[in-house]
Amino acid sequence: MHGTRLRGLSILTVLTIGTALVLVFFYAPNEADQGFVQKIFYLHVPLAIVALGGFVFGGIQAIQHLRTRETRYDLRSYVAIHLSLILAVGVLLTGSIWAKASWGHWWVWDEPTLVSFLIVFLLYATYQPLRFAIEDPERQARYASVFAVVAGAFVPLNFIAVRLAQNLVHPRVLGTTGGNMPGSMRLTFLISLAGMVLLFATLWKYEMASKNAAMQLKKLRRRLLEREPQPV
Amino acid sequence: MRRAAATILRKDLRLERRTGETVPAMALFTLTAFVLFHFGLQRGELDGELAAGVLLVTLLLASVLGVTRLFAAEQEEGGLDAFLLSPADRTALLVAKAAALFLFLAALELVAVPVFAVILLGPGPSAGTWLEVAGILALLDLGLAVVGTLVSALAAQTRARELIAPIVGLPLLVPALIAAAHALAPLLYAGAPGAVPGRWLAVLGLYDSVFALLAYALFDFLLED
Amino acid sequence: MPALPLHEAGKYVAAAYIVFVVLLLVYVAIMASKLTRIERELVELNAGVAEEDAEAEEPAP
Repeated sequence: MHGTRLRGLSILTVLTIGTALVLVFFYAPNEADQGFVQKIFYLHVPLAIVALGGFVFGGIQAIQHLRTRETRYDLRSYVAIHLSLILAVGVLLTGSIWAKASWGHWWVWDEPTLVSFLIVFLLYATYQPLRFAIEDPERQARYASVFAVVAGAFVPLNFIAVRLAQNLVHPRVLGTTGGNMPGSMRLTFLISLAGMVLLFATLWKYEMASKNAAMQLKKLRRRLLEREPQPV
Repeated sequence: MRRAAATILRKDLRLERRTGETVPAMALFTLTAFVLFHFGLQRGELDGELAAGVLLVTLLLASVLGVTRLFAAEQEEGGLDAFLLSPADRTALLVAKAAALFLFLAALELVAVPVFAVILLGPGPSAGTWLEVAGILALLDLGLAVVGTLVSALAAQTRARELIAPIVGLPLLVPALIAAAHALAPLLYAGAPGAVPGRWLAVLGLYDSVFALLAYALFDFLLED
Repeated sequence: MPALPLHEAGKYVAAAYIVFVVLLLVYVAIMASKLTRIERELVELNAGVAEEDAEAEEPAP
């Protein structure tokens, strides 16, 4: 069913990530202010962008689920959110390490992306407990979809509010030269971002395949159980 | 739709007046929390940002604890099925419940804010400023009411209802808290209070609008059975 | 804070990338264990079906 396409995607992912790593450590120049520590930028920011994209994608799949009631959309939404949550943990951890290396503190309230991610993480961490607290599968999927849509709409609102709350005089802690990024840095960043997107797509497909297989297995077992008591 | 909503609202208000399940408990919780803050912070007088923070966080916690009973009557007595069978527009239930929650919160604040001013607030602002405080709280209550109703409906059918509502609701309320805290803090200084930065009122307004829209679009999906 | 010297900074950069790789590996490991469980159940089910088919072929006494 997924067969060769998944294998091709995986190979492309590995190649892109490999290229990105080479570019990060052998091509991109060291940044003036932060020095070598800035290399974390090529990991942390793509992680953040893809995690946010994943949450929004999960919300869109949830809208489709609510509109069509087909369970496959619910499955896609669930896997996307599940993956993005893991990436969000990565964002928080790498961001914390970056903060420690740059500013000497394991956490900085002045970095709006990090703070926003903390709130987003706290919200999406309730997704699975919510699902498991509802037994009826149809209702579980429906309520989970409502949650995914609300949470997906919440993400940009949250970022706006947190950004505004930062003291605008205080410079961004973990930004880079930003708009003045030299071309070599920009290229490296784009390849890193592409690698992260591909990684997400690959893992998503893998988890979808695994969940589909598990569902089919359950159905098969149920049908076999119905065949059991056969008086000969 | 308006008549159905008004009927449900009247029913809920009458129920609350007779049984007093929600508002007294929220008020008691709030007052206790103020005492806890006094001992926890080891302060007798607060002003500015600290005062705004203590007041708003307490109100937020009280509200998410209070929403757990919002749909209790519908669930336990079968009122929900009766409603679904009636020709009433389902949004009427949303409007009625949100309006009820808003009124409960307003009632809570009518008690809690004066108590707060007396026991925890420092010299405090002048009379005119209190009107502005009331305005900010009203704007916040709108958001609290919408989000609270949505979260309560979501949590009503789950097993760990009392936990699900707070852990889902509180992160969702963070932007509203940020905006309300920044708007309120300058007002709670003694003497000549600062002006309310209009930007934060705009953020609160945006928050309320977005969630009202979301609730309107999604509430029906929570009611099917 | 001035930029860290290379040997110091290297540790943090390495830590960040290692955290990412570890997260990835843990995820893949959990997926792998789920897949092996699915495979094992498939084998069991197939064996069960083969048994039933064999029984069905035997003439009733």
